[in-house]
Amino acid sequence: MRAEEIALVAVLCRSRAGLKVAADKTYLIESRLQPVARREGFDSIPKLLSEVRERRAERLIWAVVEAMCSSESSFFRDRTPFKQFEGEMLPQLAKLRGGGPVRVWSAACATGQEVYSLAMLAEEMSATEGSPRIELAASDLSRLALERAQTGLYNQFEVQRGLPIRRLAQHFEKDGDNWRLSEAVRQRVRWRRINLIAGLRQVGRFDVVFCRYVLGHMTEEAQRKVLEDLTFIVPDDGYLVLGLHEAAGLVTPAFQPIVGRPGLFRRNPAFVAAAA
Amino acid sequence: MRTCLVVDDSRVIRKVARRILEDIGYEIAEAADGMEALAWCRAAMPDAVLLDWNMPVMNGIEFLRRLREEPGGDSPVVVFCTVENDMAHIREALDAGADEYIMKPFDGDIIAAKLAEAGL
Repeated sequence: MRAEEIALVAVLCRSRAGLKVAADKTYLIESRLQPVARREGFDSIPKLLSEVRERRAERLIWAVVEAMCSSESSFFRDRTPFKQFEGEMLPQLAKLRGGGPVRVWSAACATGQEVYSLAMLAEEMSATEGSPRIELAASDLSRLALERAQTGLYNQFEVQRGLPIRRLAQHFEKDGDNWRLSEAVRQRVRWRRINLIAGLRQVGRFDVVFCRYVLGHMTEEAQRKVLEDLTFIVPDDGYLVLGLHEAAGLVTPAFQPIVGRPGLFRRNPAFVAAAA
Repeated sequence: MRTCLVVDDSRVIRKVARRILEDIGYEIAEAADGMEALAWCRAAMPDAVLLDWNMPVMNGIEFLRRLREEPGGDSPVVVFCTVENDMAHIREALDAGADEYIMKPFDGDIIAAKLAEAGL
């Protein structure tokens, strides 16, 4: 790829999704855009990008940006946030909501492993009488990732990353060479396409927002905007969950890290977001 | 140091598994079938067993059932590591007392993660 082609991709990603694209990671860019070029009927990435440059078709621009956004995911990634959700956040919030649902949002859910990990926990808890009501929502910018996530279909490698074998046996069925998550678990999740930098104030209230390993890929300006917008979503007694030791939470005082709970944040009561 | 007994009739697999497990801090013993593995366990019970299914002399599931009946045989964490990747085998392994289950092919991340799932 030539420098101006990389620059074009970088500008589109930054302006549309707040995404940082490192110009030296040519290999990454090519591996992400190759499938887009093929799918859209171009014989090369340069041909795809020259079409983007000349015609500026929105659909093609988004295909490029969404491909650059897609990221890795695994079941029960880092383990602790899920233990903390199950053992601390959920019981506490369930009590505070007094029988009302505890609403959880997996923002930038990629292929769905994070929200489905929560959905498996919810399904397992639902067997116990008086267990809290949990509403799960998941979003991503990438339509392809969302489509894949909704199938609940994972390959053998993916189901062995973070998923205990008992949960595989409990919630999945073999489907050809792949594994399919049960209907009961899949139906617990509501899906939406959301661009995190497009303004989140209409998204609604969520008691817990998982937004892990996303902000670090964004420009600092975009990180700040997303975090400050999240103050309209997470209530004072709610939680924001970032990646373990993810420094992104510190670009704005909107949220404060909880001491001794790496990755967990609370609203800063003293912070007032600027008017929209 | 934690010990792990690697049970597989393939010398290549044993070697690959040994390298991965040594890297994450295990001391390794090797056995080529279930009978040899049982002799190892009677002499010195390991902390973990990485266990193939299909082997000559005594297969993995038979070894596991016998191990769980041995004195102290309920203590090792047993992780199957096999090409058998259907639900019937997985359930059979869990019923026989396996703690975790790896479907081949595997890599270092999977082994480390599965041992962690099993509490090691």
